[in-house]
Amino acid sequence: MQIIEAADGYDAVIIGSGAGGGMAAKILAESGLKVAIVEAGPMFDPKNNAHRTQLRWPYESPRRGANNVRPFGDFDSAYGGWEIEGEPYTHKSGTKFDWFRSRMVGGRTNHWGRISLRFGPKDFKRKDQDGLGDNWPISYEDVKPYYDQVDQLVGVFGTKEDFPNEPNGFFLPPPKPRLHELYFKQAANKANIPVIPSRMSMLTKRINTDRGVCFYCGQCSRACMVEADFSSGTCLIFPAQRAGGQITLFTDAMAREIATDADGRATGVHYIDKNTRQENFVGGKVVVLAASACSSARILLNSKSSTFPDGLGNGSGMIGRYLHDSTGASRMAFVPQLLDRKIYNEDGVGGMHVYTPWWLDNKQLDFPRGYHLEVWGGLGMPSYGFGFNVSEMNKFTGGVVGGYGNKLREDVRKFYGSFMGISGRGESVAQYDNYCEIDPQHVDEFGIPVLRFHYKWTDYERAQAKHMHETFESIFDAMGAKSVGTKPGPEDDYGLLAPGRIIHEVGTTRMGVNPKTSVVNAYQQMHEVDNVFVVDGGPFVSQADKNPTWTILALAWRTSEYIIDQINQQNI
Amino acid sequence: MDRRESLKSLFVGSLAGGLALKGCAPVDSEVESVAEPAAEEGYGRTEKEKIRDEKIKADSFFQEPELETLAVLCDIILPATADFGSAGDAEVPEFIEFIVKDMPAHQLPLRGGLMWLDNQSNSRFNLEFRSCSPEQQLEMVDDIAYPEEEPSDMAPGIAFFSLVRNLTLTGYYTSKMGIKELGYAGNTPGVWDGVPDEVLKAHGLSYDPQWLERCVDQSKRDELAAWDEDGNLLST
Repeated sequence: MQIIEAADGYDAVIIGSGAGGGMAAKILAESGLKVAIVEAGPMFDPKNNAHRTQLRWPYESPRRGANNVRPFGDFDSAYGGWEIEGEPYTHKSGTKFDWFRSRMVGGRTNHWGRISLRFGPKDFKRKDQDGLGDNWPISYEDVKPYYDQVDQLVGVFGTKEDFPNEPNGFFLPPPKPRLHELYFKQAANKANIPVIPSRMSMLTKRINTDRGVCFYCGQCSRACMVEADFSSGTCLIFPAQRAGGQITLFTDAMAREIATDADGRATGVHYIDKNTRQENFVGGKVVVLAASACSSARILLNSKSSTFPDGLGNGSGMIGRYLHDSTGASRMAFVPQLLDRKIYNEDGVGGMHVYTPWWLDNKQLDFPRGYHLEVWGGLGMPSYGFGFNVSEMNKFTGGVVGGYGNKLREDVRKFYGSFMGISGRGESVAQYDNYCEIDPQHVDEFGIPVLRFHYKWTDYERAQAKHMHETFESIFDAMGAKSVGTKPGPEDDYGLLAPGRIIHEVGTTRMGVNPKTSVVNAYQQMHEVDNVFVVDGGPFVSQADKNPTWTILALAWRTSEYIIDQINQQNI
Repeated sequence: MDRRESLKSLFVGSLAGGLALKGCAPVDSEVESVAEPAAEEGYGRTEKEKIRDEKIKADSFFQEPELETLAVLCDIILPATADFGSAGDAEVPEFIEFIVKDMPAHQLPLRGGLMWLDNQSNSRFNLEFRSCSPEQQLEMVDDIAYPEEEPSDMAPGIAFFSLVRNLTLTGYYTSKMGIKELGYAGNTPGVWDGVPDEVLKAHGLSYDPQWLERCVDQSKRDELAAWDEDGNLLST
């Protein structure tokens, strides 16, 4: 084994360079700490032409951007996916969980949807409202100052709506809705469903002299070469390095285990250099886990010692428990008003310009937690799959299905941009029995024991998905749109996607006051190991009907300040 | 040099090689400049992905007669028009040859379907499909180009033709020529400033004035954002 730095080489070793790791690196380095980041993937910078997929054309890819190599298509910037060669995972009792990983600097922040929602006051105290799960040990008021800072540091567009449980923020002005979004709003309002401007982290205005302004190519999932959207590399790590922060990036470095001393305190991180296939060690006074909820749980569970025979800081047996992802279901419809539409550039920002936050009261419903609506459609750039079964759409208009020749050209032209989709993304109820653990039999190609998942949706999520589909149809009906396919029923869980598909997995190192029932305290510090912190989605007690990134960023900032404070007080 | 300037020169390489592209809606402020991509630089692949692509390209799947038949079918599906080329002109058969190696699930349906077509053609005309007259070819295609209420002996051919039609349409409309024909106008730096007025009018829609007044004023997009302590933006 090669020792990269002596045991006290770094003030902090951060595992993972996504939202949480990037924020921790920036804040800790700005305070003068010497920081190492251990990242399992290669360097990635969207400004580097060799990495760049933005503004490329479908024909630049021999498979025309198809999604058989990268799960969201060739031009999506995530290096990784639900399946990674050489890095398997397993399942218990025939249950299903799909585990997405991005192996690259910036992690999943390079391709994410940039939907940047704060959790609201109710989201931190769900047990108080429905008796299910647990409350967070912190409240919205604890996090609000950090959300405010994140808004201004990173940039997020939106509008102050004073909408219940959807806090206002420091917003940039939103872009104007597209045509299908105007139809969506009109129909949703008719069905008594509110629609507001979306809240996403693209720069519609300049926020500093470093980063560019959005140029509306609609390709945020490809990562932005002018840094007009948020990703951890471009907005946190690289700027902190340029500002003189002492941040050393170890790339292609697969963390295996956190080392501890005789007192059970962390001393650094063992990792496998993927290129040399050698084990290395990087030492630090503090270890910050930001590897993503399941990867962090895996590293802790694999860090066994005489003090911690069941994994580092796992005296409670809670590590890996309460794993939960957002729920997801979708439906698509043909919109007759959009048939034969005029074609123009409506790329806009990557993703939706409008959305619907949760608008109902669960006390009146047969499921306990809410969901938000996302809308999609428009005149997108063709890629593999474009034109598939286009002539079948004639059944909606009474035209001839099938055929060949120039009739097909006509079909393509008139149906282009005439479809709209709605997706529901909801909160599930965290369950003790949904978990990841170490598979006792299998290792990955680096010799590291892999995760085994056990996950089952409950009737809460199924009832919620059923309601989502009723909502989709009510909006499509109000629009006069024709839903494609059949409405899913109980035999297929009402179209509920498998857990892990929404890539909002959280909860595996949950936060709490009681060390017997939680893994970290309100500052994301491990109850049992005071120099180990977790700043990814692992500490979430409950995932709201919101996307988790903004909360990961805010909490990572808060924890980083706490780490600095604790170091200054010589407590750690 | 400030960050923005250094970014600019990085994209542009040399300023002469760059394109300062105008937005889709004319505005006063300039849009971020981006470089014109060099053809040889690839499309943002990792090393593993490059190796995969090269391996596939070096391999071959279809035999020459199969490719000939496929080319006939592709051009029946999308023949040339006065303004645009055929599927063959857009190199759709070459795309299909790649995609079946990339997605092996297509291999058996296509290979088997091509043979089925020749079998049928031999029975009817005593000729393989590619050797038939254009009239005979169309007669054959007419029997497999439309879905049936009740499955007949033509069902395998119908499934096969549907797959070839899908791949032909995808191959064509993701080509340079197909995108031009479609009229897709994006994938270029621009400024989105709402649905064009004439489109709104044609759809009988309008922007809610209260909504609109909170949207970005694109003439001020370059001004640094600032907020008061309650998070109110000091300019839109």
